[in-house]
This record gives sequence, C-alpha cells and structure tokens, in this order.
Amino acid sequence: MDLDTLLRAIEATAIATELREGESWFPWIEAIHVLAITLVVGSISIVDLRLLGWTSLDRAVGRVTATVLPCTWTAFAVAAISGALLFSSNAMTYAHNSWFLAKFVFLGLAGVNMLIFQFGVNGSVDNWGSAATPPGAARIAGALSLLFWIGVVTCGRWVGFTLQPGMGG
Amino acid sequence: MRTKALLDFCDAIDATALSQAIQNNKWVVPLVQTIHILAIAAVLSSILMINLRLLKVAGLDQSLARVSDRYRPVVWWTLPLLLASGLILIIGEPARSLANYFFQLKMFLLVCVIIVTVLLQRPLKHDPLYWDSRTALAGTLAVLSMALWSGIVFAGRWIAYI
Repeated sequence: MDLDTLLRAIEATAIATELREGESWFPWIEAIHVLAITLVVGSISIVDLRLLGWTSLDRAVGRVTATVLPCTWTAFAVAAISGALLFSSNAMTYAHNSWFLAKFVFLGLAGVNMLIFQFGVNGSVDNWGSAATPPGAARIAGALSLLFWIGVVTCGRWVGFTLQPGMGG
Repeated sequence: MRTKALLDFCDAIDATALSQAIQNNKWVVPLVQTIHILAIAAVLSSILMINLRLLKVAGLDQSLARVSDRYRPVVWWTLPLLLASGLILIIGEPARSLANYFFQLKMFLLVCVIIVTVLLQRPLKHDPLYWDSRTALAGTLAVLSMALWSGIVFAGRWIAYI
C-alpha cells in the first residue's frame, strides 16, 4: 500500500469525515491546538532561557524543569491529539504541503535535541544546575530548542496560508 | 456590532497606502501572525506559572511574590508587542477584524483579563503575603484568569471562520 492510499484511508475514516464535513468541529479543535501549542512553546522556552543563563538565575535548572516540564508535556499531549485529528480531516492535502512537512522536520529536530540533552549534559545537572551560567552543551541545547520551536510555530502558521481556499487562514 | 460608522471606518483604513501595502504582500500577515502567536505563548505561559503558584499546584519552593516578580515583567512587556502586531493585522484586514464578532469578543475578554491581572498583582506590591491568607479568592481569580486567556485564544482563532 503506498502512502497516498494510506492517506486516503485516513481521510475516509468516520471521524475524519465528520471533522471535515461537520459545521464547527474544525475551528474548535484548531483553537484547542493553538492554545496547546502556545503553552508548549511558552513553557519550554522558560527552560531554554534558564539553560542559556538568561532568566530564572536564582533557581536551579532542576527546579525550573520540575515545575515547568509537567505543563509542557501535558500541553504537548493535547497538541498531538488535536493535531492528529486536524491532520486526519485532510490527510492528503497536509502530507503534500511543504510547510507542513517542514513543521515536522523542526519538531523532529526539537525531539532529537531534547534527547541529546537528556542523555548528555543533563546527566550531571546536579553538579552544574545551580550555576547561573550552565555549561556550553546545555546553552547550545537551550538555544537550539528555542530556534526549533519557533520554526514549528512559523511553519504551522504558514500551513494555513498555503492550503486550498476556504480552509481558514 | 456592525454599525455603518464602523464599516465606513474599516473602508477608510482599507484605502490607506499602508493597508494596501500589507494586502499586496503575501508574507506580512502570516509573519506578523506568527510573531503574535509567539508573543501569546510568552504571556500565556508566564500567566500559567503565576496562576499555578496562586493555586498552590506548582512552584511551591518559591514564594508567590518571587514567582510573580519573575513572570510579571514578561506579561507587561509582551502586551505592547501583542498590541503592535495586532494593529498591523487590523490595518491589513480591517473589516475581517474590527467588524468581526469574535474580534469584538476577544477585545472584551482582553479588558476583563487585564482587570483580573491588575487585581491579582496590585496587592503584592505592598504586601507580598497578601494572597497567602486569601486562598479561595486567589484560586478563583487564577482560574478566571486562565479561562479568560483561553477564551482570548479561542476567539482569536474563530475570527478566521466568520
């Protein structure tokens, strides 16, 4: 089964059809998606700015992440579920949109960056977490995370302007 | 609200050179919307951190005054950026925004949430422990604040659909 066949099958599911043809499902779920994304990006940037040594300097990195990351992951789960629903409604169109694909490249990069940080320099966070300026590897992880998430939001917004008319700008 | 005066005002903005320039450039609106959303992200997350502390749900290793000092400036410094980016979007698409029911609702919610934010933050100036003894009211205002901000995001997205 090639990819397009799979995408058509997704679009043909009962839930995708209802989302596509129902009067107001799409804007409601889209609004939830936007709200969730803003909380993901805003909260993760609190951690990123701490890793860069710019803000929350009176607080150890471990304390900042303990407060913020539960919010980030909760919001991410909501963003992923609402995003999957939006995708299903027009799977073919999204999968062939360059901005949509670029968004997922940035999302993937953000994920890889997080894993490298998690299994790398974060292993010794107890040693450096209280310092105002974290080590170079942590600062780079923070800067890249900010960059990648801004990329996700930018591409995501452009998706709305590059689909066929009537999809809501 | 779609009075004739309002629609005339929209037409007048629409006819300006600046509005025409924005309309004829397909990059400006998505770019400014992206900045607007990133600014919303900064405000919303800062408000969330303060509200979670007000509700005693997170950040309990720090005093409310300290959490508020960390995030309050983000809110007040980002609001002008939100207003400026919003203004560019209005000039670019005046009728789509000003005469739109959801835009009007969004502005109403914005005024409400600014009042709630000031009510929460003012007492801390003179008494950092003010809310510690008023848990119920603090929690209510915190929940109200999150609800209003969520409403602002929802109304903002719905502008595109009517």
